[in-house]
Amino acid sequence: MLAQVSDVVDACAGQAECVTSYSDFLRSWLTVGIFVALGFVMAGAMLGIAMVLRPSSNRRGRFQEQKFITYESGVDPVGWSWTQTQVRYYIFALLFVLFDVEAVFIFPWATRLEIYDLFGLIEMLIFIAILALGLVYAVRKKVLQWL
Amino acid sequence: MSAQLAVLAALDWDLPYWAVTLIKVLVAALLVPTTALILGIVFLFKIMSWMQSRLGPQEAGPKGLLQLLADGVKFLQKEDVIPERADRFAFKVAPMIVLVSTFLLYVIIPAGPDPAVIADLPTGIFFALAVSSLSVIGVLMAGWASANKYALMGGIRAAGQLIAYELPMVLAVVGVIIQAGTLNMNGIVVAQANFKLFGDVGPGIPFIITQLPMFLIFLAAMQAELTQPPFDMPVAESELVSGYQVEYTGFRFLFFFLAEFATAFAFGAIASVLFLGGWYLPGLDVNSEWFWLIGPAVLFAKIMLVSFLIFWFRFTYPRLREDQLQRLAWKWLIPISLVWLAVTAVFKVVM
Repeated sequence: MLAQVSDVVDACAGQAECVTSYSDFLRSWLTVGIFVALGFVMAGAMLGIAMVLRPSSNRRGRFQEQKFITYESGVDPVGWSWTQTQVRYYIFALLFVLFDVEAVFIFPWATRLEIYDLFGLIEMLIFIAILALGLVYAVRKKVLQWL
Repeated sequence: MSAQLAVLAALDWDLPYWAVTLIKVLVAALLVPTTALILGIVFLFKIMSWMQSRLGPQEAGPKGLLQLLADGVKFLQKEDVIPERADRFAFKVAPMIVLVSTFLLYVIIPAGPDPAVIADLPTGIFFALAVSSLSVIGVLMAGWASANKYALMGGIRAAGQLIAYELPMVLAVVGVIIQAGTLNMNGIVVAQANFKLFGDVGPGIPFIITQLPMFLIFLAAMQAELTQPPFDMPVAESELVSGYQVEYTGFRFLFFFLAEFATAFAFGAIASVLFLGGWYLPGLDVNSEWFWLIGPAVLFAKIMLVSFLIFWFRFTYPRLREDQLQRLAWKWLIPISLVWLAVTAVFKVVM
């Protein structure tokens, strides 16, 4: 990426108007940025319309204090809701991180497989085999078992 | 021929950048809710009803086609109730994050050759996978901020499910990338137009022929990412009421609904591009200008096909249990996709 930038800068030296592939690249990301903003604007606009049309539910209003009680199937809530949960989800999250990092390594290799050819293929098969071994280990340790 | 010229004149893309972007913004702002409505009406209301031997909505509009619009107006008038104990900021922001992550999926979907895509990113499909997993954060925020036990359990289940099925989805995509040799969405379409299985005869073959297991895995993972039945543990109405959505009312609730169906459409589009050839129609030259005209229609037909498959599955199968759900992802889908990934890579290098 850095080499790319400097190449572009060199090519542009001394030219009045310089539209390069690099600025095209940034421009497409500018479009993405505009669409992030558009997403928030649309959500805000829809909520704005709703705010005008809907009846107000002022908390200190005259009626229906019960409306703001946490919903627990019609019964008054017992205790606080921000409780602890099963540690299993944490283990799944750890496994996920493992395999997601694998994906990060696989993507560049998959895109340019011809260049790396047989060497790259064998390397990556070994890499995948090691990770699969990790999955087998997790299965044998019964961390994937729910009960 | 004159029709072709008219198309070209209409698509004279020498417009300045801001004008092109403005057009794209307007189109996308109309398109995203419309696609969600189309899927909701056609599949959730009509086809689901017919599959269950009932008529579905009848009253609003011709054959009840405006039912969802009427529902939208109804949601507009609902009170905005935020529970007393909720984390108000996170509660308000969460649906927006889910909606924006959906919105960003549409950025890379190619409806035709280059100018007919909002941003033709060189790393298109990678970007799509990245932004689609942003919705996990929104869902988890919604579940946590509601300060409700159902919502918390729903949010955590959703997070567990979405990350578990993220992996088979990513690996299924890698199979296609190995064949196409590019991450760019239009590049993948062109690669399928040029892909010949039996020597240099016949039209280009879509990757579904060689990547059928990956296609099925992608569909399953897609369904799980949408938290639709049979993978709807996070919003299981009979045990968690509606999971992380339970405290939401009015338009904030509608955002989750809208995001689910718009994401279904976007994922349908991604599946069509990756496996079914996207806007390409076999028999035509891939460089033909006609694809600016018929490309969107071809893509739409393929999206409806893919959507029909996932919604058919949705209406037919009972809900999986949480442990069955995780077992399916970790013990079946991920190993199968790893094996098929290796097979694809070996074929690509050896052949």
